[in-house]
Amino acid sequence: MVQLTLPKNSRITTGKTWPKPEGATNLRKLQIYRWNPDDGQNPRVDTYFVDMDTCGPMVLDALIKIKNEIDPTLTFRRSCREGICGSCAMNIDGINTLACIYGMDEIKGDVKIYPLPHMPVVKDLIPDLTHFYAQHASIMPWLETKTNRPAKEWKQSIEDRKKLDGLYECVMCASCSTSCPSYWWNGDRYLGPAALLHAYRWIIDSRDEATGERLDELEDPFKLYRCHTIMNCAKTCPKGLNPAKAIAQIKKLMVERAV
Amino acid sequence: MADVNRGNRPLSPHIAIYRPQMTSASSIMVRITGISLLFFALLVVWWLLAAATSETAFAFIDGLLTSWFGGLLLTLGVWALWYHTLGRLRHVIFDFGYGLDVNVAETLGKGMFIGATVLTVLTLIVV
Repeated sequence: MVQLTLPKNSRITTGKTWPKPEGATNLRKLQIYRWNPDDGQNPRVDTYFVDMDTCGPMVLDALIKIKNEIDPTLTFRRSCREGICGSCAMNIDGINTLACIYGMDEIKGDVKIYPLPHMPVVKDLIPDLTHFYAQHASIMPWLETKTNRPAKEWKQSIEDRKKLDGLYECVMCASCSTSCPSYWWNGDRYLGPAALLHAYRWIIDSRDEATGERLDELEDPFKLYRCHTIMNCAKTCPKGLNPAKAIAQIKKLMVERAV
Repeated sequence: MADVNRGNRPLSPHIAIYRPQMTSASSIMVRITGISLLFFALLVVWWLLAAATSETAFAFIDGLLTSWFGGLLLTLGVWALWYHTLGRLRHVIFDFGYGLDVNVAETLGKGMFIGATVLTVLTLIVV
């Protein structure tokens, strides 16, 4: 259901302003969402200052610098630092993206960082993605076949392989799903752009033999049809993919098999 | 992980911190105008009912609708009607699988705001 305000335990308070590094001339101000599960307090926004002369260019570099030099308790996920693992997805400067491939110089003014929107927070910038992953698992993200296994591999023509371009690149960072107002209000039952993009990736795979079952599974007022083509998903995807288009294709296949 | 605090996890902020997007703004406006059009339909029904009821009842609602406030209200109603029509038109285009690139969808969204305004002005000139 639509709820514009945050629950009482989620309202954000003003946090601590951490001291500026000494002798630095090229300072950037960062305002970062904090929540500690152990202190019983509401979430807060802390203010940090980072010396950009001794910091790498990306938002993740600044976060790591804060963790190393200012506040070791700042908690966030990160791994590959090159936009391929999807771990460091967060809301930066009002949009969802990967901290490792978003430059500090792309942001005007203070750098505001929150966890991915409308998710339960585990700690600081770490959202609980359990439900998100379960939704992905529910679309059967694997090759389903009925015919006998071929002697070597399941072959695919170059043209059929091309149909997977723009889909297989998804790194499951959850930026798209958590940018979608429809997912905010109905995320418990609506699968969201990421899971649906993956669903389409298997539906149009020429080697897959469960297309009918896959469509049956999605034929649901909530799972698929809560997509109202808002397109925040495509707008925010850090990999430049277009989940809205994939979902529109699924809807088209639904109509085509019905008429 | 028995010691993990699962029960009291806060909900991360959403609409208040997300940068306004042309994509979502043009979409929610279709809904808002749709709901407000129901209100305008009721206003028209009231006007017709009053015309069928009595002279004083009609004079009241007619006076309201032809006042400057009524004029403003009806102008907004015309804008809502045009915006909603254009929004639905865009949805039909989407449903056929066209216009789903971000830049095209955003241009269509802007077009809905501008188009509704232009069409409202044209309507006011014609009527």
